[in-house]
Amino acid sequence: MSVNMKVNIAGVEWNNPVTVASGTFGSGAEYSDFVDLNQLGAVTTKGVANVPWQGNPTPRIAETYGGMINAIGLQNPGIDVFAKRDIPYLKQFPDTRIIVNVCGRSIEDYCEVVERLADEPVDMLEINISCPNVKEGGIAFGQDPKAVEAITKEMKQRAKQPVIMKLSPNVTDITEMAKAAEAGGADALSLINTLTGMKIDVNRKTFALANKTGGLSGPAIKPVAVRMVYQVAQAVQIPIIGMGGIMCAEDALEFIMAGASAVSIGTANFHNPNVTLEVIDGMKQFCEKNGVKDINDLVGCVK
Amino acid sequence: MSDKVIKNVVITSMVKVTDGIYSMWIKDKDLACNAKPGQFVSLYCKEGSQLLPRPISICEIDRENETLRLVYRVVGKGTKEFSKMNAGDTIRVMGPLGNGFTLEGKKAILIGGGIGIPPMLELAKSLDCEVQVVLGYRNNDLFLKDEFTPYGKVIVSTEDGSVGTKGNVIDAIREKDVQGDIIFACGPTPMLRGVKAYAQEKGLKAQLSLEEKMACGIGACLACVCQSKEVDSHTHVKNKRICKDGPVFYAEEVEL
Ligand SMILES: Cc1cc2nc3c(=O)[nH]c(=O)nc-3n(C[C@H](O)[C@H](O)[C@H](O)COP(=O)(O)OP(=O)(O)OC[C@H]3O[C@@H](n4cnc5c(N)ncnc54)[C@H](O)[C@@H]3O)c2cc1C
Ligand SMILES: Cc1cc2nc3c(=O)[nH]c(=O)nc-3n(C[C@H](O)[C@H](O)[C@H](O)COP(=O)(O)O)c2cc1C
Ligand code: FES
Repeated sequence: MSVNMKVNIAGVEWNNPVTVASGTFGSGAEYSDFVDLNQLGAVTTKGVANVPWQGNPTPRIAETYGGMINAIGLQNPGIDVFAKRDIPYLKQFPDTRIIVNVCGRSIEDYCEVVERLADEPVDMLEINISCPNVKEGGIAFGQDPKAVEAITKEMKQRAKQPVIMKLSPNVTDITEMAKAAEAGGADALSLINTLTGMKIDVNRKTFALANKTGGLSGPAIKPVAVRMVYQVAQAVQIPIIGMGGIMCAEDALEFIMAGASAVSIGTANFHNPNVTLEVIDGMKQFCEKNGVKDINDLVGCVK
Repeated sequence: MSDKVIKNVVITSMVKVTDGIYSMWIKDKDLACNAKPGQFVSLYCKEGSQLLPRPISICEIDRENETLRLVYRVVGKGTKEFSKMNAGDTIRVMGPLGNGFTLEGKKAILIGGGIGIPPMLELAKSLDCEVQVVLGYRNNDLFLKDEFTPYGKVIVSTEDGSVGTKGNVIDAIREKDVQGDIIFACGPTPMLRGVKAYAQEKGLKAQLSLEEKMACGIGACLACVCQSKEVDSHTHVKNKRICKDGPVFYAEEVEL
């Protein structure tokens, strides 16, 4: 039996519903030693700003039970280097969609990046309004529905590509943020970003991260992420890219059945660089075994 | 194309070197053929709650038998898990990673401090010049020391003064008036700072092997950066990645 794995996210067709979570995969070059990027539905890049960002002091990461906390601080080369180097690199993989993750300290920063990308051959933009690790910008735009709607509108006015708003789980009610993004014209949503966490090194009597706090990711957050995807799927009409702790095909299918049209895999790449391809394969096998002809038939099937 | 691999490999031997320090040989043709002194591998835990790979330096390369030696100290959950493994077991490993040492100089001073000593062994074997080895220990537990003697003169410092010079590696170098035209060093950051200062004072070139917490181990996540003098190739902000641009840097290239 042949299974249709193609999905359509806001008018962009992906060969399969699997991408990588921003910040865990660079722009793909480092992982291309292990993964044929053409096999991925899409590559989602590390956040890129209008100018280069230095990022936070080290230590930037710490392992935690079933996950990790990170405070990279969005180190990135800025849009000029990115457009010259990373976009042409990714264009070598024509089967894979390119999603550029955008970050900023102010609305103007975001606008500048989105405008610069308007004429670049990228397929979608993912706007990170949910990074917990930078002092200004990032999460500040993602915790107030009015701000979410306003920034979404600004992005939509300038973007030539479909706009995905990336939501933070560090809010009381994520459906409010989702509805605000939809009201602002978002074409899709991705969730969740990391949960703000902390780890203390008891031997050194200090914080494990130089930034004190960091974003928790990995399988430890998966049940929270699945719950939020489910809630948001009930609240909005636009497609959802689900993420948070996916380690295997079964995890990915949980997100799909909860209402995500596609999934992103992040922290799991650190544990197993081949994980994305294994998940794609495993989802296909699940469909074959269960007589599912089209992966889209599973989206939101659990109500 | 890169020569990195990730695979399950067989452990051919696992022995306790001394209290809390173990020596493991793993068999793999690709790893053994491609590895260079100063590079490292990532070891993956079987326990699923520990997701991140553990970076461990390559201590010896046996190309004939297609094996690599790793010597590690048990400090936490991952290294404890490895220490419980036996010959015949398999372990998941990625490598070889990082740049490794540049083999150069006519009269080399190799400096290893504590668990920074293991990578110096393959370097001592590989260098095609006069080699002097300065090893810094806490006390008279001089693990690996005798293994260096075939490759050059070995000088020891101990913090408690039980063997060799009392103090650190730089104290030993000064006391024994060790001369050379290049330094290679691996050890705790305070030691590397001392080595950098000494190299500057004497106008010597020094290659230092650095350490930082890692997630991907291959240059993608930007967890493991150090401050560098020149802009880095990735972000152009003077943040070099220890896992990819390093772990070995020239002393003047990095802030410690
Ligand atoms: C390039 C490089 C080469 C190394 N070579 C050796 C070696 O040859 N022999 C050896 O004994 N040790 C070496 N280390 C240190 C070794 O990686 C850590 O001791 C080990 O990861 C600890 O794992 P754990 O699970 O036992 O400790 P835990 O404290 O439980 O580890 C928790 C997390 O912190 C990380 N971590 C803890 N300590 C360090 C550290 N010092 N450096 C980097 N990450 C750390 C672990 O990888 C893990 O992700 C090297 C480190 C680097 C960066
Ligand atoms: C090291 C690291 C860096 C990240 N960087 C970014 C980033 O630049 N932009 C962003 O929107 N999310 C970033 N994230 C969040 C992930 O994209 C993802 O939302 C989150 O980690 C949950 O997925 P996971 O559990 O599969 O990792 C980062 C996560 C990690 C672990
Ligand atoms: S550990 Fe990911 S960049 Fe070095």
